[in-house]
Amino acid sequence: MSYQFDFAWASQYAPQIAKGIMITVELTVVGGLLGVALGTACAWSRALGPSWLKPVVATYVELIRNTPFLIQLFFIFFGLPSLGVQMNELTAANIAMVINLGAYSCEIIRAGIQATPKGQFEAGASLAMTPFETFRHVVLVPSLQRIWPALSSQVVIVMLGSAVVSQIAVEDLTFAANFIQSRTFRAFEAYIVSTLIYLALAILLRQAMRGIGTILFPKRAAR
Amino acid sequence: MIEFTLWDILRNLLLAARWTIVLSLVSFVGGGLVGLLILFLRISPKTWLNWLARGYIELFQGTPLLMQLFIAFFGLGLFGIDVPAWLAAGVALILWSAAFLAEIWRGCVEAIAKGQWEASASLGMGRLQQMRYVILPQALKIALPPTVGFSVQVIKGTSLTSIIGFVELSKAGSVVTNATFLPFTVYGLVALLYFALCWPLSKSSQILERKLNVAHRNH
Amino acid sequence: MSLIEITEVRKSFGDNEVLKGINLDVEPGEVIAIIGKSGSGKSTLLRCINGLESITSGSIQVAGAQLLDDELHLKALRLKVGMIFQQFNLFPHLTAGGNVMLSQMVVKKVAKADAEVMARKMLERVGLAHKFDAFPDELSGGQQQRVAIARALAMQPIALLCDEITSALDPELVAEVLAVVRELAREGMTLLMVTHEMKFARDVCSRVVFMHQGRVHEIGPPEEVFANPKTPELRQFIGMVDETV
Ligand SMILES: Nc1ncnc2c1ncn2[C@@H]1O[C@H](COP(=O)(O)OP(=O)(O)OP(=O)(O)O)[C@@H](O)[C@H]1O
Ligand SMILES: [Mg+2]
Repeated sequence: MSYQFDFAWASQYAPQIAKGIMITVELTVVGGLLGVALGTACAWSRALGPSWLKPVVATYVELIRNTPFLIQLFFIFFGLPSLGVQMNELTAANIAMVINLGAYSCEIIRAGIQATPKGQFEAGASLAMTPFETFRHVVLVPSLQRIWPALSSQVVIVMLGSAVVSQIAVEDLTFAANFIQSRTFRAFEAYIVSTLIYLALAILLRQAMRGIGTILFPKRAAR
Repeated sequence: MIEFTLWDILRNLLLAARWTIVLSLVSFVGGGLVGLLILFLRISPKTWLNWLARGYIELFQGTPLLMQLFIAFFGLGLFGIDVPAWLAAGVALILWSAAFLAEIWRGCVEAIAKGQWEASASLGMGRLQQMRYVILPQALKIALPPTVGFSVQVIKGTSLTSIIGFVELSKAGSVVTNATFLPFTVYGLVALLYFALCWPLSKSSQILERKLNVAHRNH
Repeated sequence: MSLIEITEVRKSFGDNEVLKGINLDVEPGEVIAIIGKSGSGKSTLLRCINGLESITSGSIQVAGAQLLDDELHLKALRLKVGMIFQQFNLFPHLTAGGNVMLSQMVVKKVAKADAEVMARKMLERVGLAHKFDAFPDELSGGQQQRVAIARALAMQPIALLCDEITSALDPELVAEVLAVVRELAREGMTLLMVTHEMKFARDVCSRVVFMHQGRVHEIGPPEEVFANPKTPELRQFIGMVDETV
C-alpha cells in the first residue's frame, strides 16, 4: 500500500476541533439534562398520570422511537419554519436532542417506576402524601437508581447520534472533521482522529454518568 | 415552477423506500452473521479472542455510525477501491449491526444458567456441541424479542447513508424537498413512512417479550 | 362519640364480597386486636380505614372526619390515622432519620430542623436514637419495623393501624417490636391491630374482634373471648392457634 498518512494538518486545525468538541459536549449536556427531565415527566404521565394524558405521551414516544433522528432534525429545522417557527441551527439541534432523548428515557424510567413495590406507594399514602408527593419524594429516586445503567447507555447513544447535527451546519465535532477534509483532502485521517475523539468522549461520558449515579444514589441498589 | 401533487411526492418517496428496505435487510442479515462470529469470539474461553471481540464491540458501539460510514466511504478508497456509496453503506452498517447484535446475544447466552454448561459438559459434549444442542436453542428464545427490536435501529440507521450519498428514503426526502419547497409535508411523509416500517417491528418485539415473560412466570 | 365509627361497611373486589357489613366503634385509648382465619378480611378492613381501599358502601368516621374518596378528605383522615405494614415499607433511599422526617416536611411543611428534632424524639421512643443515620438495609427487620412505627408516630396520629406487624420478623425479633407497641398502648394510643400473637392480644388489648367470612363474628374483652368463645368457629380458631403456639 502506497498511501502515506499525513497528520501535519492537525496543529493548524486544532482550534476547529476544539470548538467542535465544545459544541458536541454542550449539545450532550443540554440534551442530557433536559431530555432526562422531559423523560421523567413523560414517564410519570404514562405510569401514574391522568388518563387523558397517557395516549398523548404514548403517541409522542412511539413516533420518536420509530423514526430516525436525522429526519426528526430535518423536520424541526426545515419543516417547522414553514409553520412560522424560526430558529437557528444550534437551537434546532438542541430541541431535537431533547425530544429524542425524552422519548427513549421515558420508556426506560417508566420501567423503573413500574418495578417499584406497591408497598412504597401505600406507605407514602398512609403518611398522608398525595400521589404526586409520593412519586416525587418516595418513588422517583429509587426508580432512577434501578434504571441508571440503561439510562446512561441511552445518553451515550444520543451523544454519538448527535454527529448528524453537522448536516444542518451546527459546528460540532463532525462538522470540524468535514471542514478539515474539505480543506486538506485528508479525509481518512480527519475522520479517524474525530472518531477516536468520539470514542474518548463516549468513555468519559460513561464514567461521568457513573459518577453522577454515585452522587445521586449514595445507597446501593434499591429493591 | 412545476406543481407537485401529494401523490407525486409520495410515489417518489415510496420508490426510494425500497432501497431503505433492501439496505436494512442486507445489513441485518449480514450483521447477524458477522455478529454470530463476534459472539463466539466474545464468549470464547481464550482470553485474547475475548479481548479482540470486546475491542470490536467497544469501537463500534462507542463511535458514531456516521463516522463509521465516512471511514468506510473514504477509507476503503485508500486501498485503491473505488467505493460506491451503497457498498460503503452496506459494509459500515453490517459491521455496526454486528457489534450490537453480538452484545445483545451475549446477554442472552449469559442468561442461560451455568448449570446448563456444566450438565452438557458432564455428558461429554465439546464446546461447539454444547452451543449447538444445549445453549443456543435456549438462548434463541430469549434473544428473539431484543433482536427484532434491534431491527428497528437498523432501519433508522440506514437513514444516515443518505449523508454519503446513497439514495434511500431520507435522501429522497431531501431531493424532493429541494424540488418542491415543501419541507414540512415531505419530511412529515418521510417520517410517517419510517414509522410504518418500524412500528410493526417495535410492536412485535414488545409482544414477543410479553409472551416470553408470561412463559417464564408459568415455569 | 367514639373515636372511630365503622358503620355497615361493605367492600367487594369484583363479585367477591370481602367485607359484609362491618360495624365497630372504637373509643379513645382502646387497644383492639383483630383475629381470624386467613382471607377473613382483616387486612381489607384496616386498609379501608386508612383509605387504601375504597369502600363499596357504609361509612367510616375518625374523630368526626368522614372517609371520602377525594384527595382532601383522604389527607385529613390519614393525618389522624397512621398505618404500619407487615413488610415495613421503609423508603430505601432515605436514612432512618430521613424516613421519619420526610412526611413531616412534605405534608405538614414542617421546617427541616424541627422535623429532625421530632424524628430524633420518635426514634428515641422506639429505642433507635443511635440509628438515625442508618439506611434501612443496614437495619434488622425488628429495627426496620420500629423505624416504621417512629415514622407513623411523627405525624402525631390519634390512632394507629397495625397489620400483622410482626409476621415478617424472625421469632427473636418479635419481642422488641411488641414491647414498643405495649408502651404505646400504656401511653394511651388508640390501636387497631391485626395479629396472630394471642398472648399479646390477651395481655394488652381491651377488646378482641374475631372476624369470620367478612363479618365481625364475635367481639368482647379478651378474657371472655378466649376463655369462653360462644361460636364454634371461634372455638375452632382458638384451638387451631393454641396448637401452633
Ligand atoms: N386487591 C385485591 N383484589 C382482589 N381480591 C382481594 C384483594 N385484596 C384482598 N382480596 C381478597 O379479599 C379477601 C380478604 O383478604 P384479606 O387480605 O383482607 O384477608 P386477611 O384476613 O388479611 O388474610 P391474611 O390473614 O391471610 O392476611 C381474600 O379472599 C382476598 O383474596
Ligand atoms: Mg392480611
